[in-house]
Amino acid sequence: MATHTEYTSESGEPIWGIFGEFKDPSAIYHGAEIVRDAGVKKWDVHSPFPIHGMDEAMGLSGPKVGYLVAFGGMLGASGAMLMQWYMNAYDYKFIVADKPFFAWEQFLPVTFELGVLISAFFAIFGMLALNKLPMFYHPLFKKERFLRASDDGFFIAIEARDSTFNPEKSRELLERAGAFNIELVEE
Amino acid sequence: MSPVDPDAYGAQNLGKASDPAAVDVVRDPETIDGTLVDDPSVRAPLVLGGRDFHSVTETICGWSENKAPGWWLPAFMFSAATAGVAGLMILYLVTTGVGVWGLNNPVAWGWAIVNFVWWVGIGHAGTLISAILCIFKQKWRTSINRFAEAMTIFAVICAGTFPGIHVGRIWFAWFLFPIPNSNSIWPNFKSPLLWDVFAVGTYFTVSLLFWYMGMIPDIATFRDRAIKRMDLRKTIGPFQLAVGKIAAFGYGVASLGWRFSHRHWQNYEKAYILLAGIATPLVLSVHSVVSFDFAVAVVPGWHTTIFPPYFVAGAIFSGFAMVLTLLIPARALYPGMKDFVTARTIENMCKIITVTGSMVGFAYIMEFFIAWYSASSYESEAFIIRALGPYWWAYFIMFFCNVLSPQVFWLKWARSTPWFIFIVTIFVNIGMWFERFVIVTTLSSDFMPSSWGYYAPTYVDVLTFVGSLGIFMTLFLLFMRFLPMLAISEVKNVLPQANPHAAPPPPAGAPATNGEAR
Repeated sequence: MATHTEYTSESGEPIWGIFGEFKDPSAIYHGAEIVRDAGVKKWDVHSPFPIHGMDEAMGLSGPKVGYLVAFGGMLGASGAMLMQWYMNAYDYKFIVADKPFFAWEQFLPVTFELGVLISAFFAIFGMLALNKLPMFYHPLFKKERFLRASDDGFFIAIEARDSTFNPEKSRELLERAGAFNIELVEE
Repeated sequence: MSPVDPDAYGAQNLGKASDPAAVDVVRDPETIDGTLVDDPSVRAPLVLGGRDFHSVTETICGWSENKAPGWWLPAFMFSAATAGVAGLMILYLVTTGVGVWGLNNPVAWGWAIVNFVWWVGIGHAGTLISAILCIFKQKWRTSINRFAEAMTIFAVICAGTFPGIHVGRIWFAWFLFPIPNSNSIWPNFKSPLLWDVFAVGTYFTVSLLFWYMGMIPDIATFRDRAIKRMDLRKTIGPFQLAVGKIAAFGYGVASLGWRFSHRHWQNYEKAYILLAGIATPLVLSVHSVVSFDFAVAVVPGWHTTIFPPYFVAGAIFSGFAMVLTLLIPARALYPGMKDFVTARTIENMCKIITVTGSMVGFAYIMEFFIAWYSASSYESEAFIIRALGPYWWAYFIMFFCNVLSPQVFWLKWARSTPWFIFIVTIFVNIGMWFERFVIVTTLSSDFMPSSWGYYAPTYVDVLTFVGSLGIFMTLFLLFMRFLPMLAISEVKNVLPQANPHAAPPPPAGAPATNGEAR
């Protein structure tokens, strides 16, 4: 998280960013549109649940996790077929009920199951990796008010890494977006 | 995706905005708590009691944070003691051998496989509710999906125990998995029994991941509340336990540092819907594969193509019954739960029970028809013995509990009276256990009348099964005590005020929807 930043707080600590509170989903939705249109790139919305349409309001592109899941499914299914061929038709051939050593039909259930299993791994662990989780420390966690994001608080946070960041200007932007309780966050 | 003009976006979305609060809540005997509205143009409210986000958090977290209700500890001790009985029985079995069970030849599969199939079947409701109903956008599922998923996981744990101990030499159970070994042999992938290992193993793992992933934000809510109560200490006998710190640390680790960021929510929601998508065929496949254990064998009465769909319908049937068996007492015992689990939720589940029960009944009758129509004397004889032979009583219990008892839900009174629903779900649980018993005891009269016999369980069989109920209840009570029982963030998401387009006045030209029935 530590990045070079030119701003320091009154106590001399480097500043991570600034965050402000909004009263409800509607307010933060319209607030996000204003921050988006101001050209801010390194910022985020924090809400107790995913707000519908927020992707557009924040100007985010679509999530990438689907490609990972598709890859995982193909990897699992092809790996399973290959494994069964290797084990039952190549490395250790044995006759069971006069069935062929290799036939895709008899290997289908395990192929399907492993395809599902590996794609599920890619879905959840891919999601966590894209989100850079687990991350147990974050500057925002130091703010007690921020903990209400898990209850009924709606917040927008702008990072100091963003090129448009400036303590005063960013505060003005958040005010214009409708935020209250605006605070600087130290790293 | 290019940014859309906010007003255009708002106008486009206002038309489809769902606002359950717009419907007047009338409490009367017809609609019970105001949710049993028969008019399909009216959307019943999903959450009652005029709740805001904070009161949802308070209520659901309160169930875990407040002092345990008076019944919890006795119930837990009793369940844990029952689970201990299973432990002793399994120890006796492992040290002595499977001869302590009532198995014989030809009934080489007894209660163990009956219990296995019964528990796996029960486990189907959780993923059905969380995956299939999620894809169909059935929002009423948000209040019960966590509950049902937890039930699934614990049921599959109980299920997995039985084949594990049935192998006899339990220390060779790892032969089930394709692990390189010093004999350089591999498992036989042509066997349905091995398919079962993969199907049930995958089902358990995916259900566990799905459950855990759904819980990450809610555990983060627990964490944030635990941080505020760090100083909490509890005296247990001579020990002073810093429960506040333990809770903050435990929930902190389990929530992986989730900070409710929308950039995270975006990936999370996508991953959730994709998991639902891949779990949907998985639910249908698991019990199909379990049914192959029987259907692939050349035993009359087992070797039928109807088994996969019939097993899946039965699994959903028994799973929903078990969810209601647990949900109805919980709903009565936990204050405030009735606001989330409405009469309509219960009614919807009753309807699914009637539908799947009728499918199961159809399958029972169709089996008989095909046995006659196939003109195979072994096949028809197997079915006549099944219904009229020495196990006629089991067949009768099965037919009565599974086919006849769920038909009472055609009456509105029956599907809106919780105590009555509870009784019917107990019938269904019993009936579904007997369905598997009826199938398995087909073995007792096989091709050779000289080897026909009567299979009866021993006390070890019975106590292991009773003990598995104890394992299930112990795990479930722990879940109710320490984890978010309802999906907090999902429930908040279905509240009317969660819609970002509900509050501002509609832009000119947009259709006004508030206050009108749709």
